[in-house]
Amino acid sequence: MEQMNTAPDMSVSLGPLVLTNPVMTASGTFGYAEEFVSLVPLHELGGVVVKGISVAPRAGNPPPRVVETPCGMLNAIGLENVGVDRFISEKMPFLRTCECRVIVNILGDFIEEYAELAARLTDIPGVDGLEINISCPNVKKGGVAFGTVPEMAAAVTRAVRESTHLPVIVKLSPNVTDIVTMAKVVEDNGAHAISLINTLIGMAIDVRTRRPKLGNIIGGLSGPAIKPVALRMVWQVASAVRVPVIGIGGIGTAEDAVEFLLAGATAVQVGTANFYNPSAVCEILTGIQKYLLEQGEQSVQSIIGTLRLEG
Amino acid sequence: MSEFQEKSRVVAVEQLADTFYRLTLSAPQIASSSQPGQFVMAACGPYLDPLLRRPFSVHRRCDTHSIQLLFRVVGRGTELLAAKRPGDVLHLIGPLGRGFDIDDADRVCLVGGGIGIAPLLFLAEELRLSQRTCTVLLGSRTAGELHQLTVEFNALGCEVEVATDDGSAGYHGLVADLLGPCLTGVKRCYACGPTPMMARTAQLCLAGRIPCQVSLEAHMACGLGACLGCTVHGTADRYLHICRQGPVLNAEEVAWNR
Ligand SMILES: Cc1cc2nc3c(=O)[nH]c(=O)nc-3n(C[C@H](O)[C@H](O)[C@H](O)COP(=O)(O)OP(=O)(O)OC[C@H]3O[C@@H](n4cnc5c(N)ncnc54)[C@H](O)[C@@H]3O)c2cc1C
Ligand SMILES: Cc1cc2nc3c(=O)[nH]c(=O)nc-3n(C[C@H](O)[C@H](O)[C@H](O)COP(=O)(O)O)c2cc1C
Ligand code: FES
Repeated sequence: MEQMNTAPDMSVSLGPLVLTNPVMTASGTFGYAEEFVSLVPLHELGGVVVKGISVAPRAGNPPPRVVETPCGMLNAIGLENVGVDRFISEKMPFLRTCECRVIVNILGDFIEEYAELAARLTDIPGVDGLEINISCPNVKKGGVAFGTVPEMAAAVTRAVRESTHLPVIVKLSPNVTDIVTMAKVVEDNGAHAISLINTLIGMAIDVRTRRPKLGNIIGGLSGPAIKPVALRMVWQVASAVRVPVIGIGGIGTAEDAVEFLLAGATAVQVGTANFYNPSAVCEILTGIQKYLLEQGEQSVQSIIGTLRLEG
Repeated sequence: MSEFQEKSRVVAVEQLADTFYRLTLSAPQIASSSQPGQFVMAACGPYLDPLLRRPFSVHRRCDTHSIQLLFRVVGRGTELLAAKRPGDVLHLIGPLGRGFDIDDADRVCLVGGGIGIAPLLFLAEELRLSQRTCTVLLGSRTAGELHQLTVEFNALGCEVEVATDDGSAGYHGLVADLLGPCLTGVKRCYACGPTPMMARTAQLCLAGRIPCQVSLEAHMACGLGACLGCTVHGTADRYLHICRQGPVLNAEEVAWNR
């Protein structure tokens, strides 16, 4: 077989950010990559999105923090992270050796914190892009999530763009009535790409003790259970904006990933699947290549957004 | 830290008691690198529900090729494990976490409650290899759960005392009640079981200035230090992540009152 000549081109561009392939790991599900070094060939990944980083370290929520649900899980980690200083000094040295794109997921209580993080990370060698987690509560606005009010999402996006020359991805919260409005607002305010979805807010109760199963009472639902919702939102957003879209939510197989690409995503992020199957990212990568060969496609770009609606 | 993702084969399934099962698994990479107190994440079901892997302590290392898991059936994951048959595949990741410290203490005490006995057999095997004097205190609901395990600890040359909730074997009451008199001359203590049992053990050891290590549990999504889900309350208002900083911790690192 002339594999070498026929191997499809897997590269994709997220605005100014070029990836060798469209398969990335989702924030909070792959640690700082070092956790997976003995299980995953990191250089094969299109990119790693690291655990969300804030200005100061955060301790996170009281336990229990994770609970399994049908085909999914709820988490209420509470954005525990080492803070930007330790991230740069302790986590970046390893990430620089991974030979894959490193995208830093950032979060804050105030718009100023997002801007500060963007500025701090701008000239750090090895940081290839930023992903803004706007699912966090805006402390100045009484804890309403940035990602649920268009004006606040717009302001965060603008503040980050003005503080850095790095590519900026804005990660949308699905916990809104109209995802397309949110997508358009962040596009208009300078997002180079849009990723979605973050977790859906959910809850579980232990009926014997009549107590919530999570220490934080409510938490974010992820895993295969959310895939249909994520796919629908990705399709709606990709149909409405010009910037590239990154599909996230319940992706565990190549077929899942291809569904998102057909719906219009330029790349995908694999989250919860890293927990139950650390080989998922590699299986997805080879599975997409196989699909392209079977379909007689020369490149992954040629299938993006090719969902057939007529006939 | 180096762990392996291994496709293990079931070699044997034993039912030790009503809900106690033991699997022997051929898993050469994990078997040759496990330390007592470390655990594996096992993919119990073939499909997406149940979704997450389940953590189990390495109960025993049979040889350089195989390990055993001892588990109690409590839910869907463990039900699926109990239904495994020789020749079946079980996907494992391991060995994971920090195990028990073995120092030069020549006289040690092991305290196990219920399924918490699981990691202690592996520990006792290692300790007996270097001729330490081991007193083993085992507690459970009823005699049947302890029968086979008592035989195995005895065979290693450990001195075994048992306690049962229903009085069907040994002392009628809590295993921690047996600990006080046993601590004389003991240089180190290891405990795994229900939290109140470990808390009591920790308290007695602290009072007697005896170093004590405990093996804790928490719900886990990854076992790899990535999800940050497996927290317990540590002292000094710190959260500890059981899968990497534990599951074995020094008793004084744990906030027992939380
Ligand atoms: C480090 C470690 C070592 C362990 N070693 C053993 C062992 O050797 N033998 C043994 O029988 N059990 C052990 N356990 C507990 C074992 O993991 C649970 O009993 C098992 O996960 C239950 O799964 P299930 O699907 O049957 O129960 P379900 O209740 O249906 O499980 C639902 C979810 O809750 C989690 N869960 C339920 N109970 C526990 C628990 N006690 N601890 C952690 N997570 C839990 C499950 O992993 C799963 O994600 C250990 C736990 C930890 C953290
Ligand atoms: C344990 C856990 C922690 C997460 N932490 C973050 C985070 O820090 N920042 C963020 O933007 N998303 C975070 N997420 C959301 C994921 O990146 C992803 O958007 C979501 O889980 C949906 O994808 P999945 O179904 O493939 O997991 C987290 C998800 C999980 C399960
Ligand atoms: S189980 Fe995921 S960090 Fe410990």
